[in-house]
Formats: sequence, structure tokens, C-alpha cells
Amino acid sequence: MPAELINKYMREAHLPHIWCPGCGHGILMRDVAQAIEDLGLDQNKICLVSGIGCSSRAAGYMDFNTIHTTHGRAIAFATGIKLARPDMNVIVIAGDGDIAAIGGNHLIHAARRNIDMTVVVFNNDIYGMTGGQFSPTTPTGDFATTAPYGNIDRPFDIAALAEAAGASYTARGTAYHAPLTIKLIKEGIEHKGFSLIECASVCPTYYGRKNKKGGSVELMTWQKENCVMSDKAQHMSKEELEGKLVIGRLSEKDYPEYTEQYKKIIEKARK
Amino acid sequence: MAKKLVINKAWCKGCGICVAFCPKKVLGLKNEKVNIVNDGCILCGQCELRCPDYAIYVEEESNE
Repeated sequence: MPAELINKYMREAHLPHIWCPGCGHGILMRDVAQAIEDLGLDQNKICLVSGIGCSSRAAGYMDFNTIHTTHGRAIAFATGIKLARPDMNVIVIAGDGDIAAIGGNHLIHAARRNIDMTVVVFNNDIYGMTGGQFSPTTPTGDFATTAPYGNIDRPFDIAALAEAAGASYTARGTAYHAPLTIKLIKEGIEHKGFSLIECASVCPTYYGRKNKKGGSVELMTWQKENCVMSDKAQHMSKEELEGKLVIGRLSEKDYPEYTEQYKKIIEKARK
Repeated sequence: MAKKLVINKAWCKGCGICVAFCPKKVLGLKNEKVNIVNDGCILCGQCELRCPDYAIYVEEESNE
């Protein structure tokens, strides 16, 4: 008999999941379940949408209205669902490759529209499922199967990208900082508008091994020792923040929400 | 309501995250599965929060 939370929100017949031993995604998926439990939301009023990749398997494991869509297009499907059923809580779970590479345009335009949905990014800095290719968030100089001499690209800061594109709530959590990440996902779900919570996951199989950074314990210990809360980071210099990861709530703004604007235009046209 | 630590060995993949972050060091790996190695557990639930496989958790025991 699994824990009550898992019993309630996961499809037990599909567990244990196929993620590797020590994959951070399992921790983050639990965080999503705990956030929903804490908010006391109706399970049938939640639609969980995912694309393709390791992270996107979450839609198969979690017991809500779920849809596992095409690569990079989770937000496009989620937009349609939200416009058809504005009463639903629409949550997207996506990986860094899914959301910032092939789905990059969907991300920025959904953020620009400020449509009411919560995007939880499981960012493991690499394409895990397809064999460890570098992704848009692989740090410069790090190794991947497609960057055997080191990655020359500069990485995207997904939360900053979403904020710049118009998202009205952005935050960052990690696999290690579970209580904080649960709190941020709760805030994101409660926030009216486009909210994005970037969650630093850990990929011991490809990212950790390729970069000789160790397994999950070492990767999570790095998170424990090198993360700085956003409130504190505001008072730190660029030099002091070098090599650190800023976590916590990053931005919160008040923009008009898309489905409400859409409803108004329908009413206007009918007059 | 008393609480107890429960381990589901069938789901444990032996990653060692719970062992590393247990504040009281009550867990250990044996044959790539988690085990309780001493009786110092304070039921804080740190293991449950970070187990990627939901294989360890704190359960409330009913008094019946």
C-alpha cells in the first residue's frame, strides 16, 4: 500500500515509474501532487497536459484528466483546453528541451497572452530520453553526447525568458528544496494568469555521468549548497552570485488574463 | 495516532537519496534496497519528501 498522497493522485498500476534510479522527476511529480492536495482542489477540475520527453511521462502516472501530446506542443493543447473550459485548472508539465527548444515559441506566446495556466518545468539540463544530447539549458562548457568537447552554447534561463515574454508569475524550485517547490507550485496554481515554475531536476544517468558530477546525491548536494533565495539574491553582487542558482519567487505582475479578455470580446461582438 | 516509517522495497531503486539526506542517519542500503539500520528515526519525513520512487514514507497508524 503506497502513501496516501500517492494512492490518491497517482495511477498505481503504472508504478514504479520508468525514470532512472535517483531521477529528480519523481520528486518533482510528488511536489505537484502535494501542492494540489494542500490547495484542496477537485481532482476532476484539473487537466494535466504534457508533451514529449522524460518529464512528460508524468501525465501517464498522475491521476487527473490528462493528455500526453506531441513534442513541444503541450502549451498549444493546454491553450485550447483552457479556452474551451476556463473553469478547469490547467497544468502543464514539460522538460527543458520540450518547452525551450521545440516548444519555445508556444512558451513565449502563451506567456505574452498571459493565459491562465501553470507550467511546471522539470529542468534536467539535458535530453535524457533520447540519449543525453545537450539542451537549451545545458550550461556552457558542460558535456553531452552531442557536445563531446564541451557545449559552446549559452543556456537559456527559462524563468527569465518567460518573465520577459510576459508571464505574470515566475519562480524557481529544485528537487532538493521540496517544501519550497511545493509552496511555489501552489502559488503558481493560485495565481490568475500565466505562471511558470522552473524546477531544477537532477539527471544522474546522462548529465551527472557525462560531466563527472556524480550521482543524484552529489547533484542534490550541489543544489543544497549553491542555491540562494531570491530575497537574499537582490542584495548580492553579480560576482557573489557567480555559480549560484537563485530560487524562490522571481516575479509577480498584474496583467490582463487572456480567457477573460476573450470572453469580453465575445460579449462585445454579440451586442 | 501513532506514526511509523514504511518501506516499499518493491519500488525502491537504491538511489541512496533518502540515506544521504536523513538527518538522523537511520537509513542504509543493503542489496541495493533501503533498510532501517538503527532506531533513531524521528519521523520527520525528509526521506518521503525526496524519494523519487515513493518507496519510503511516514504513515499514521490507526489505534484500532
